[in-house]
Amino acid sequence: MRKLIAFAALLGAALFTAAADAGVKIQHWVAPSGARVYFVETHVLPILDVKIDFSAGAAYDPSGKSGLAELTRSLLDAGAGKMDEEAIAARFVDLGARFSGSTDYDRAGLSLRTLSAPDKRDPAVDLVRTILSQPAFPDGPLAREKTRSIAEIQEEDTRPDAIAAKRFAAAMYPGHPYGVTPTAQSVGGITRDDVAAFHRDHYGAKHAVIALVGDVTREQAEAIAQRLTDALPAGAAETPLPAVTSPAQKTVRVPHPASQSHIHVGLPALKRGDPDFYALLAGNYSLGGGGFVSRLMKEVREKRGYAYSVYSYFSPRKLEGPFDLGLQTKRDQADAALKVARDVLDDFLAHGPTEQELAAAKKHLTDSLALAIDSNAKLIGYISVIGYYGLPLTYLDDFPAKMRAVTVQDVRAAFKRHVDPADLVTVIVATDEK
Amino acid sequence: MRTTLASLLLCALLALSGAAGAAETDTYEKHLGNGLRVVVKEDHRAPTVVHMVWYRVGAMDETDGHSGLAHALEHMMFKGTKKVPPGGFNKLVAEAGGRDNAFTSEDYTAYFQIVPKRALPQMMNLESDRMANLQVTPNDFAAEIKVVMEERRLRTDDNPQSLVYEALNASAFLADRYRRPVIGWMNDLEAMTWQDARDWYKRWYTPSNAYVVVVGDVDHDEVFRLAERTYGKLKSHVLPARRVEIDPEQTGIRRVVVKAPAKLPYLAMAWKVPKLVDVDRDRDPYALDVLAALLDGNEAARFPRDLVREQKVAQSAGTQYDSTVRGESLFVIGGQPAEGKNAADLEAAFRAELKRIQDEGVTPEELARVKTQLIAAQVYKRDSMMAQAMEMGMMEASGHDWRDVDKVVDKFGTVTADEVQGVAKKYFKDDTLTVAVLDPQPIDKAKPREPAGPVRPY
Repeated sequence: MRKLIAFAALLGAALFTAAADAGVKIQHWVAPSGARVYFVETHVLPILDVKIDFSAGAAYDPSGKSGLAELTRSLLDAGAGKMDEEAIAARFVDLGARFSGSTDYDRAGLSLRTLSAPDKRDPAVDLVRTILSQPAFPDGPLAREKTRSIAEIQEEDTRPDAIAAKRFAAAMYPGHPYGVTPTAQSVGGITRDDVAAFHRDHYGAKHAVIALVGDVTREQAEAIAQRLTDALPAGAAETPLPAVTSPAQKTVRVPHPASQSHIHVGLPALKRGDPDFYALLAGNYSLGGGGFVSRLMKEVREKRGYAYSVYSYFSPRKLEGPFDLGLQTKRDQADAALKVARDVLDDFLAHGPTEQELAAAKKHLTDSLALAIDSNAKLIGYISVIGYYGLPLTYLDDFPAKMRAVTVQDVRAAFKRHVDPADLVTVIVATDEK
Repeated sequence: MRTTLASLLLCALLALSGAAGAAETDTYEKHLGNGLRVVVKEDHRAPTVVHMVWYRVGAMDETDGHSGLAHALEHMMFKGTKKVPPGGFNKLVAEAGGRDNAFTSEDYTAYFQIVPKRALPQMMNLESDRMANLQVTPNDFAAEIKVVMEERRLRTDDNPQSLVYEALNASAFLADRYRRPVIGWMNDLEAMTWQDARDWYKRWYTPSNAYVVVVGDVDHDEVFRLAERTYGKLKSHVLPARRVEIDPEQTGIRRVVVKAPAKLPYLAMAWKVPKLVDVDRDRDPYALDVLAALLDGNEAARFPRDLVREQKVAQSAGTQYDSTVRGESLFVIGGQPAEGKNAADLEAAFRAELKRIQDEGVTPEELARVKTQLIAAQVYKRDSMMAQAMEMGMMEASGHDWRDVDKVVDKFGTVTADEVQGVAKKYFKDDTLTVAVLDPQPIDKAKPREPAGPVRPY
């Protein structure tokens, strides 16, 4: 491939690039259980997609127990109610349903795709309800999944891309949960009591955010949302995450035998809901977000052949999520490639985009709106973010106007507020330099 | 790249295999005078469209010493024509609010844009322009081949599992051209010249060697008219003869070991199996497809259930079988041993799973389960225009017809338990088996790889 697929997906998810041509009607209500519900009704295909999220991501791991959030989420379907993990797996398959889970720093959640026919849909929803409300966390699967998790961590710690990502997080977020990643030791120390307590505290209905897209009526959607959450634990009051502080500027060099150096430059930058989002998104498109039309791609890849993949993005989170400029290059030219990338960044921070670049960015970001929501699968990703982070229900409709209003001055000012060169940390894994 | 693409295909097949029953009623085809075919599937859910151009040329059409040429040319296709400057293609697609990319496999090279529907005429203009008027210059090539080398370092040289699959293919095949990696050997990339790329383009890029797939909110007659005005104006030239290399019969097990920095070992086992030739009469390829799905096609399948959860012998385990290929087919089983187990333990476990099917067959429940998933997948795939375009494009690329997508799904649904047991007995023998193993090396002891590739002043 000319471009990494994963890279494209990352940008899509992280940037929240585009939104709808007007016309996506998001219905919102609070279920009797207390869960917040966001629903888009569409009957074109006989499919229902459901995503249910909780503030139960890795940032909520207790100190010393890093990995607990992910382990808890991954064990929900390892036995629940009267069913063991084999019965649960077989039941989803027999219904023709697809079931999966995900954990990021802020959120942990479950996703269900099912046929909308009631004889398939209702049992699938009931199964998710049982998994969420009555997980058994049996000892056998717990021990096995801890072992698998530790093996995966140890494998990651041999891979230059994974090492770079972990060291980069640690350098950007010293002393903050966003900077912590699981270790063999932290996962090894997790007990069944830890898992059960984490579920009890973080999977309460009042903290649940449900996104629904597909072939059901409002009435059916209300019933499904309530059914999913009416037996959840009460949940503890949500503990606020500690404030993010600016890191001190530094460069971390990590030895590794890889043929390429993996480089990240960045800092904590952007919260969800920050009004500077539009200016940063538009500006970053010209800097390193716009694929082959970005300055980084032109200077680092097209002109000099230094890298296959070079990019920058903002990844907004509940608290200041990272700005990340990254590339991989043959190790003996790491410093030269990094200098080119830094020159591009510094020039951009000093002068911002040209009028022409900004116009092209705004045009692309508004016109590509339609692509971002042309399937139920894509749409539910946006709906769940709007719901979880409390963005306006009109987010998709407002996007074009907000984007069109951005000026070069806005971009420059927003970058000045969010990307201070004095705070930038640099991580280089696999380097010949000391 | 092969492994990436193979897994992409696998996902596409598992997740989305087969066309909906309705496919033929909303899909239309037109032959242009120059030999180019246009397939249009109307899907009016959203005001967007997928436009793909597939060339029937891939890494298997390369010769020894010139591996990586098909993929390198794919990169060069973005370097401009007389009308469009280098980088201009991407710029115009982006300005239209679209996304574009390209990919190369052993069998084909394909280019696509996903755009708001109003941009389709412009996309057809741009693609038809570079079908005939690409400019390959020494300077553009010199920069781009370095990008390709970085791609190889990223995807293969520093990726132990990719190295295992590279070694597996290079060992399983002696003559069949699937033995060479799609990305190319580093030494071949170093030796490649801009003239090689230009000659490749002149040889293979012609309307009669291409087909266009359009899926989206379009009127098929309008697309056909646009095709006449764009692609239809190009002249086709004669294609070189293609020789199919037949691999000599394998008469004994082959084993290969790869050492690379890693913690977990990796094991891949590949058997020679038939590919799909006659969609109507063949049975074994369909039975092999079902076998693959029974082993790892869903969370309740045998590998995740028996090897990962019950026996705890595998950290991960999967299968890979693509029956729709131009070259020869392999049925691959691969995975990482669990903590405390080694590659030999995992190999024994894989063999035991196969033996159980050979001896005891498969249950009606698990066969029904595979078919239930298949039926649901027919509905789910309609949520993705790109997946539908890929499915038709890949079927064509292997020498079949896009209409066969439906047939293959129907046939898959007719496979019996006896047939699954039959192929398990027939094809999984040591004489046609190749085994590749990753022997993990500690990273603090491994030496940096010699920076492969020419060191030039910049």
